[in-house]
Amino acid sequence: MRIAGRQFTSRLILGTGGFPRLETLAAAIEASGTEMVTVALRRIDPAARGSLVDVLDAAGVQVLPNTAGCYTARDAVLTAKLAREAFETDWVKLEVIGDERTLLPDAVELVLAAEQLVDDGFVVLPYTTDDPVLARRLEDVGCAAVMPLGSPIGSGMGINNAYNIRLIREQTAMPVILDAGVGTASDAALAMELGCDAVLCASAISRAEDPVAMARAIRLAVEAGVLARGAGRIAHRLHAEASTPEAGTPEFVHPSDPARPIES
Amino acid sequence: MIHVNGEPSEIEPGTTLRELLAALRAPDRGVAVAVDAEVVPRGEWERFTLADGARVEVLIAVQGG
Repeated sequence: MRIAGRQFTSRLILGTGGFPRLETLAAAIEASGTEMVTVALRRIDPAARGSLVDVLDAAGVQVLPNTAGCYTARDAVLTAKLAREAFETDWVKLEVIGDERTLLPDAVELVLAAEQLVDDGFVVLPYTTDDPVLARRLEDVGCAAVMPLGSPIGSGMGINNAYNIRLIREQTAMPVILDAGVGTASDAALAMELGCDAVLCASAISRAEDPVAMARAIRLAVEAGVLARGAGRIAHRLHAEASTPEAGTPEFVHPSDPARPIES
Repeated sequence: MIHVNGEPSEIEPGTTLRELLAALRAPDRGVAVAVDAEVVPRGEWERFTLADGARVEVLIAVQGG
């Protein structure tokens, strides 16, 4: 997978939110095989212990700052610029939220922010609804990828509209990264089978009972989905189609059958 | 009065950002600063002095989705 000229071997991007301990995060990064993880910016807490940046450095992963918590293009653009200072990267996972309860993106503010950030030289990866027309708008303003949701952030409801994800895939050559909604491994496999280039996963891994085991499960599911996509699945059929040939089927005549010929 | 991260602070006007960050025990990396909703680049922290009434946001890398 290539994003903005950068080659990735892993098709799993890990969100670092929700891990109870930095040690668990480090182990999950390793188990997931990911090469890029998201981070956020928040007000400094002088009492906080442990350094997230040091853990990510040691893991050797690229950092993808997000603009989580922003509700306007203005705040998202400022947050992206602060992230560029903090992390020395011009990559940004652009989130502009429009609703507190569902955390669904605000399409209008999102396109506005994306346009400004692209103009300012950012590599913009927008978190978006599964709307193919909006995805096209984001491509038009120069985003480096599009990241449609499967279902709301942290809901674990999987992919609610597989048809839309297929449409987004079909219409664009830019990377499609399924972001949000993955609840377990099979959701990630489906995303890849639908033609996504990658999956971004946070809660499904970080909030699983065993985050490290789930990281490995989702890694394997992503690989399985890519293989299945490439292998070319069979068409759906309404009725059965026997896989065993009909020719050569034996005919068994039992002694009690009335039709049995009488031996002389 | 200078506000730091939404709270009134005892920081005196004329304090540099570098001095404020030291007082907050901010690490060297993974930190960004905005003053009055404008980014202050790292290279300016040494000489950037805070005026009375400034609203400072000192942000740090945290885990997030």
